[in-house]
Amino acid sequence: MPPDIEAVAEQVFAALADPTRRAILAALASGGPATATDLAGRLPITRQAIAKHLALLAEAGLVTAEPGERRRVRYRLRSAPMQVAQQFLAALARDWDGALGALRDHLDRGAG
Amino acid sequence: MGFPDRIERTVELAHPPAKVWAALTTAEGLGKWFGTAGAEIELRPGGSAWMRWDEEGFTADMRVERVEEPTVFGYTWHIYGLPEDDPRRTYVEFTLEPSGAGTRLTVVESGFAQLSEDGYSKAFDGNTEGWAKELGELADYLDAA
Repeated sequence: MPPDIEAVAEQVFAALADPTRRAILAALASGGPATATDLAGRLPITRQAIAKHLALLAEAGLVTAEPGERRRVRYRLRSAPMQVAQQFLAALARDWDGALGALRDHLDRGAG
Repeated sequence: MGFPDRIERTVELAHPPAKVWAALTTAEGLGKWFGTAGAEIELRPGGSAWMRWDEEGFTADMRVERVEEPTVFGYTWHIYGLPEDDPRRTYVEFTLEPSGAGTRLTVVESGFAQLSEDGYSKAFDGNTEGWAKELGELADYLDAA
C-alpha cells in the first residue's frame, strides 16, 4: 500500500483536532465554497484567524483555492483526503465482534 | 501505529460446519443474525447479495466471490462511509474448520488501506499544486491592501 495513505489520514485528523478548523470545514461542507470573508461572517472567528487556518488546510490538501468574484479567492473542500481518512474510520467502526456474537446467539437459539 | 488494512477474528462455535455454513450463506440466516431486516443472496461466484438494517435504514450490497461449501465463503462490499460510486471495496472471507463437534470460524476483512488509482491521484495531486497556495497568498495580499 502507498505509505502516503497514513500521512494523508494524519493530516485529516490533525485538521479535525482543532475546533476552528472543524468549524471551517463544516461550514464549507454544508454551505459550499466560500471566501475567508464569507466564513468570517458566519463563524465567531476573526477573518485573520480564518485566513491562517485556510492556508494551513490548503497546504494539507484539504481545501483548494479557486478564483472567486471580485478577485477574492474562494475555498472549496477537497473530499479525496477525507475519503482516505474515512477508510481508517471504516476499519475501526467495523464491528465484527458484535456480528460474530450475534451469529453465535442465532445458532444457539436455533439449536435450543 | 499503522493504517489497519485487515481485520481478523476467530470464534469457536458449538455447531457443525454445515449449520454455520447455512447461517452464513442463506438469505434466511444472513437476514437474521447479520442484517436485521432481511437479506437475499445468489450463492455463486459473481452472484449478488444484499442485507438490510432497519434502524439505520441501511442496505449493504455484496458481490459473492468464493463459494466452497462448506469451508470458504467470500464476498466483497462497499467501504462504509465512502460515496456510492467509489470503486473501492473490502473483501470478506469466512473460513470454516471442523473443531470437535463444532466449528472454528475465521473471518478476515481486508482492503481498508487500498487506494484506487483514481483516488490516489485525487488525494495527492493537490499537494503538488503550488498555485493553490500562491493564490491564497495573493488573496491575503489583496485583502490586506
